[in-house]
Amino acid sequence: MSENYQISSSPHVRAKDSTGRVMLYVIIALLPASLFGIYNFGIRALLLILITVASCVAFEWIFDKIVHKKNTISDMSAVVTGLLLALNFPVSLPWWEAIMGAAFAIIIVKMLFGGLGQNFMNPALGGRCFLLIAFAADMTNYNVIKNGVEAYTGATPLALIRNEGLSAVNVMDMLLGKTAGTIGETSVIAVLIGAILLILFGVIDLKIPGAYIITFAVFMFLFGAERFDTTYVVAQLCGGGLMLGAFFMATDYVTSPITPMGKIVFGICCGLLTGLFRCFGANAEGVSFAIILSNLLVPIIEKWTVPRAFGVVKVKEAKKQ
Amino acid sequence: MGLKTFKGGVHPYEGKELAKDSPIEEVLPKGELVFPMSQHIGAPANPIVAVGDKVKKGQKIAEAGGFVSSPIYSSVSGTVTKIEPRRVAVGDMVQSIVIESDDEFTEVEYQAVDDVTKLSRDEIIKRVSEAGVVGLGGAGFPTHVKLSPKEPDKIEYIIANCAECEPYLTADYRRMKENANELVEGMKIILQLFKNAKGVFGIENNKPDCIEKLKELTKDEPRMEVCELMTKYPQGGERQLIYAVTGRAINSKMLPADAGCIVDNVETIISVYYAVKKGIPVMKRVSTVTGDAIVHPSNFLYSIGTPYWQLVEAANGFKVEPEKIISGGPMMGFSMFSLDIPTTKTSSSILCFGKDAVAEVGDPIACINCGRCVEACPENLIPSRLAKFGATGRMEEFEQWGGLECIECGSCSYVCPSRRHVAQAVKTMKKQVLAEKRKSK
Repeated sequence: MSENYQISSSPHVRAKDSTGRVMLYVIIALLPASLFGIYNFGIRALLLILITVASCVAFEWIFDKIVHKKNTISDMSAVVTGLLLALNFPVSLPWWEAIMGAAFAIIIVKMLFGGLGQNFMNPALGGRCFLLIAFAADMTNYNVIKNGVEAYTGATPLALIRNEGLSAVNVMDMLLGKTAGTIGETSVIAVLIGAILLILFGVIDLKIPGAYIITFAVFMFLFGAERFDTTYVVAQLCGGGLMLGAFFMATDYVTSPITPMGKIVFGICCGLLTGLFRCFGANAEGVSFAIILSNLLVPIIEKWTVPRAFGVVKVKEAKKQ
Repeated sequence: MGLKTFKGGVHPYEGKELAKDSPIEEVLPKGELVFPMSQHIGAPANPIVAVGDKVKKGQKIAEAGGFVSSPIYSSVSGTVTKIEPRRVAVGDMVQSIVIESDDEFTEVEYQAVDDVTKLSRDEIIKRVSEAGVVGLGGAGFPTHVKLSPKEPDKIEYIIANCAECEPYLTADYRRMKENANELVEGMKIILQLFKNAKGVFGIENNKPDCIEKLKELTKDEPRMEVCELMTKYPQGGERQLIYAVTGRAINSKMLPADAGCIVDNVETIISVYYAVKKGIPVMKRVSTVTGDAIVHPSNFLYSIGTPYWQLVEAANGFKVEPEKIISGGPMMGFSMFSLDIPTTKTSSSILCFGKDAVAEVGDPIACINCGRCVEACPENLIPSRLAKFGATGRMEEFEQWGGLECIECGSCSYVCPSRRHVAQAVKTMKKQVLAEKRKSK
C-alpha cells in the first residue's frame, strides 16, 4: 500500500458552485435587459455592448500582462463589468468614449486597487460616472435614430416628469421600456425578469434591493415633487436606472457589505441618496452617484453591523443577569 | 410543522448509501496492535505494563493521568513488545504501548451488575470512568467528567447525539438499527444520575427507520423522547444540537451544562451501558469503512488499536488506488498519508477516495465578498473576514469579530465559490490567539 496519500486540512469536500459560474449567472440574468435594449435601440446597441465587453476583457488582460500578474480574465468578472457598463450608455455614445469608460472602469477602479474583490467602488458605475462628468453632453444625448426615423427625441421619462410634470409620461410605456434612456435601463419588466433569475440562481437576496426600493419609494412619497401621489412614485420607480441599479449594481458583492444587517443599512443609504439626488439635485437621475457614494460607506457600515455570534449575549444583557 | 434545526449550515452530498445497508461485522485483529496514551482530551494515560509483560484482553494497560483523563485497556491478549512514540491519525507522534497479539483473545473476568438501579451515583460514575469511556464521536472528552457537573439537579436534558451529520458515516446509523436496546438502556443509566432530566434522542430525518425504532422502544419511557431534526450539516455539532432540541444557545465560553444539557453520542452511550451494566471497558467500537475507492463499504466492530490497513483489508481492499484517506468525516476528519496508523477510541470512520476533491477544484482565487460563507456559518460569523484577519495576523479584530466562537465545522470552505481555504485560515488563527492568551496569563 502506498505511503503517499494526499494531505490537507478539513473539510475534504467542496460545493460545486464556482466564482466563474456566479458571474455566468449574472450575465444570463442581464440578457433580457440587453436583448430588449438591442430590440428597442437597434443594432448599434449590440455593437456598443460587444465593444465595451471586449475592451473590458482586453484591458484586464493587458493590465495583468504589464504587471506580470496571473491572468484573471477567466473569472468572467470583466465581462460582467463590460456588460453592465454598456447597459448604462445611451445608444449614440461614440465608440472611443465607450472604450475610455471601459479603461477607466477596469484599470483605474478595479485593477489598480488589486483586481477582483479589492475595488471599493463598482467598476461599471465608476466608469459611467467618469464619462458622465467628462462627456456630459454625449452621455445624456438620448436622441435615437432607428432605420432613418427619429425613434425617441431627447428627454428621458424622468426628465419629462421634472420639466413638464407627471402627465408627460406613460407609466405603461416605462414598464415595457418603450422610452428614451440608456440601453439597458428602460424596460422595467426585462430588468425584473433578470432580477428573478438572480434570486432563483441564489446569487442575490432581497435585502439590498428591497431596502433600497422601499426607502426610495417612501422618500419620494414624502418629499417628491408631487407629494403623496402613488402614480408619481411608481413612475419614479420605473424611471431611470433605479431597477437596474437596485438589482444589479447595488448588489455587487465586492462593493456591498457582507454583514446581513449591513446589507439593509446599505440599501437604505442608496435609497435615501437616490431620493435626495432626484428631488433636489441638478439632474433628474441619481442612481449611479447614490450607489458609488454608498460604496464608500461600506467599511463603516460593516464595522457597525458585525453580527453577534451564536450564543453570545449582548454585554448589557449579560450584566443584568 | 417545521423540523427542528439551527440557522446556517450546508447540504453536502451525503454518500451514506455506500455503507448504509452493510450490517455491523466483527473484525478480529492480527499481529501488532498499538495503543496511544492520548486517545482523549486531557492528560495522557500512564502505562502500567512493561515491555515483556503478558496481558489479557480487557486488562488495563494504562491508568488515567488525572481527573480529566482516561484509562486504556488492551483489546487482545498477547505480549507487550514496545513502549515508544508512534504516529497517530492526526499526524502527531504519541507515546504508545505496542502489543503483539497471540490470537487467542484470552479475556479477563468482568464485574457485571445484576440490578443497575441499585447503584449509587458515585458508583455509576466510577464504573464509567474506570472503563475508559470518552466521547467516541470524535472529540474524546472523558465521559465521567461530563457526567459530573457542579449542580447535577440543574441538568434538564440528556441529549443523545444521533444526528450523524457528517456525510458518508453510517456507524451510528447501524448501531441504532442493530443495538437500539443498548442505546436506550445506556440512556436509562445516565438518567439515573440526573433526576430532573429527560433523555432526548436527537436524530436527523434521513434515518426514518431509526426514528421509528427508537420511538417504539421509548413509548413506555416517560422520561425519554425522540426529537426529529432536519438533515443538515453540522446538525450534530454540540451547540447546534442543543439549540435544535432545547432552543437554548451556548457560546464557546460555556459548557452544555450551563444550558442544563449533557450531550453524548450513540457509541458513547452504548459504551456507558456496557461499562456500567457488564463492567466491560472500552476496547471495541463500530466504525464505517467507506468511500468510492473501497470494494465493499462496511461497518465494522473491531478491537481498538487495530491498524487502519486491516480494516481496509477486511472491506476487501481498494478497487482503485485512493488519492486521499480520511480518518473521520469528510467535513472535519483528518487526512492521513499512510494506513499504517492505529485506530483509537475516537476513530469513527475511514474514508478512501479515488480522487482528492479539494485538489480537483483547483487553486483558490480572489474572494468576491459573496457572503455564502456568512449564510453557511452555524455560528453567525463572517468567515471570509475572519480568514482575512487570520492571513494578516490581526488578532484584535479577529477576536472582535467573534473568531473564537468558530466550531471548525468547515461549512465556509465547503461553500466558497472561489475555493478559498476559509476554515483553515480561521482555525489556524484561532489556535494562535488561544496560544497568545495562554501565554499572557
